[in-house]
Amino acid sequence: MKFLRDTWLVFQRQMLLLLRNPVWVAVGIIQPMFYLLLFAPLMKQALSQGGTMTDEQAYRIFVPGMLVMVALFSAFSGFGIIAELRAGVIERNRVTPVSRVALLLGRSLRDVVQLLFQAVLVTLLAVPFGLRVAVGDALLAYLLIGLMTLLLSSTGYALGLTLRSEDAMAPMLNTVIQPIMLLAGIFLPLTFAPTWLKNVAKANPFKWATDGVRALFAGNPGDDAVWQALAILTPLTVLALVISSRTFARSVR
Amino acid sequence: MIIETSGLRKSFRSRAGRETKTVEAVRGVDLSVAEGEIFGFLGPNGAGKTTTLRMLATLLEPDGGSAVIAGADLRKEPGEVRRRIGYVAQGGSTWDESTGREELVLHARMYGISKADAQRRAAEALDTFELAEYADRRCKTYSGGQRRRVDIALGIIHSPKVVFLDEPTTGLDPQSRAHMWGEVRKLREMGMTVFLTTHYLDEADALCDRLAIMDHGQIVAEGTPADLKQEVLGDVVSVNAREVAKAADLFDNAEYVRKVETTEQSLRLYVEDGASAIPHVLRTLDAEGVAIEGIELHRPSLDDVFLAKTGRSLRES
Repeated sequence: MKFLRDTWLVFQRQMLLLLRNPVWVAVGIIQPMFYLLLFAPLMKQALSQGGTMTDEQAYRIFVPGMLVMVALFSAFSGFGIIAELRAGVIERNRVTPVSRVALLLGRSLRDVVQLLFQAVLVTLLAVPFGLRVAVGDALLAYLLIGLMTLLLSSTGYALGLTLRSEDAMAPMLNTVIQPIMLLAGIFLPLTFAPTWLKNVAKANPFKWATDGVRALFAGNPGDDAVWQALAILTPLTVLALVISSRTFARSVR
Repeated sequence: MIIETSGLRKSFRSRAGRETKTVEAVRGVDLSVAEGEIFGFLGPNGAGKTTTLRMLATLLEPDGGSAVIAGADLRKEPGEVRRRIGYVAQGGSTWDESTGREELVLHARMYGISKADAQRRAAEALDTFELAEYADRRCKTYSGGQRRRVDIALGIIHSPKVVFLDEPTTGLDPQSRAHMWGEVRKLREMGMTVFLTTHYLDEADALCDRLAIMDHGQIVAEGTPADLKQEVLGDVVSVNAREVAKAADLFDNAEYVRKVETTEQSLRLYVEDGASAIPHVLRTLDAEGVAIEGIELHRPSLDDVFLAKTGRSLRES
């Protein structure tokens, strides 16, 4: 009960701060627009490989990839926590009896809300381009993306609290996220990949997530990829939450 | 005693190049603070004041020793300690984009206080610290002094028994500093025990009922500012004269002089009470025909105490 109340308190404040800074809304709309307008037409040609592919088919492959990409970026949450550390807010929170898990979860849930907003937006923007997806499938896809965000944003917070410097954080994230992105088959499905690359990609949990989201957007909720993605993401998310809330609780100098 | 510590220790490992070395930041602090007093921790930067404070505020786990704060055991029940104390960090503690009132309400609620009660407490605190006017502006628009007052209001919003203030006036202009001293005294009037750190001598002197001087992780002296000064040396009468050596001889056997020191141009007489000693000094010198160029009464400062206890001046360290 106390834990839920604490989480709600933290979440509420984080939402308030988010809404007061409308820059992210603009960025959240403009970035996916670039990809939809400037990259998707190119990819359609590449994917069809001389044959014919409808817009609907192309966007069913492309939009899920973009959703996963936006979710991956939630690892950048760690930058915010460094700013909060510097402002003394984290320390002030830690001196109260507020739940440590709530300090993390309230923030991560804010990131999930933000991301789902973006995901819905991207989906809707793609509809005029020819995307068609059943509401139930889309909701299940959002669940997968929500889990990914929870996993990545809490990992980002743990990283930020540990590294405590933007200068260390930026190269670290770039180095980790880049291969994850490439190996997730976000832009081009890994069906085109040579066998060795496919095998390497199997070790990337986000490859499974991308496959799952694609299956849902293709209208196959019964596809193996869906339950596989859930089965891989759920324990990883729980693990990330545990590790990160420990970081929040740990005494830092 | 509202705070009692015994043998509190903390060391950090720091890396310099390839070598890791252990820095003993706090090495065995024993102190007791009485309910309702303003207790000060005076010492140079790096003396271990903040580390001690952070241990007492549950932010750092001690390596050894024990402490009981407001009846709760620091190491066994940190949660209980948190409920009973307030802590105001050195560098501020507010989000730029939220208002003073929002910060106060949220902070109170983090202590489990109901929304209505939190709002009432926030309004009260805003009045107490003369912030009502700015209550609904964003914190980023506040001046240094206003921010500091919000920080203090945050620290006491849940009516703690003890409030820890880490360098409450560092970085403030002289006027805001004076103002802040008033706020700290207000906390005592409200019935709280105040535990603060400072490296300002005048602040320790003017504000604290009792203080402990800290150096290299240890307490080197403890008492009221007046006692500390008295205990160390009493007053100093310094006399500027041409014939310093001759003048010095005159006081070798004077009963009211504890110690005589000479420099090239002046004579320093350590006495119990400077005001009553001066007439004697003048009469003695006059009787022997020693011409003087100046005489000065110097009351010892806490810096003299620090000098006597550590062999260094606080101003230099």
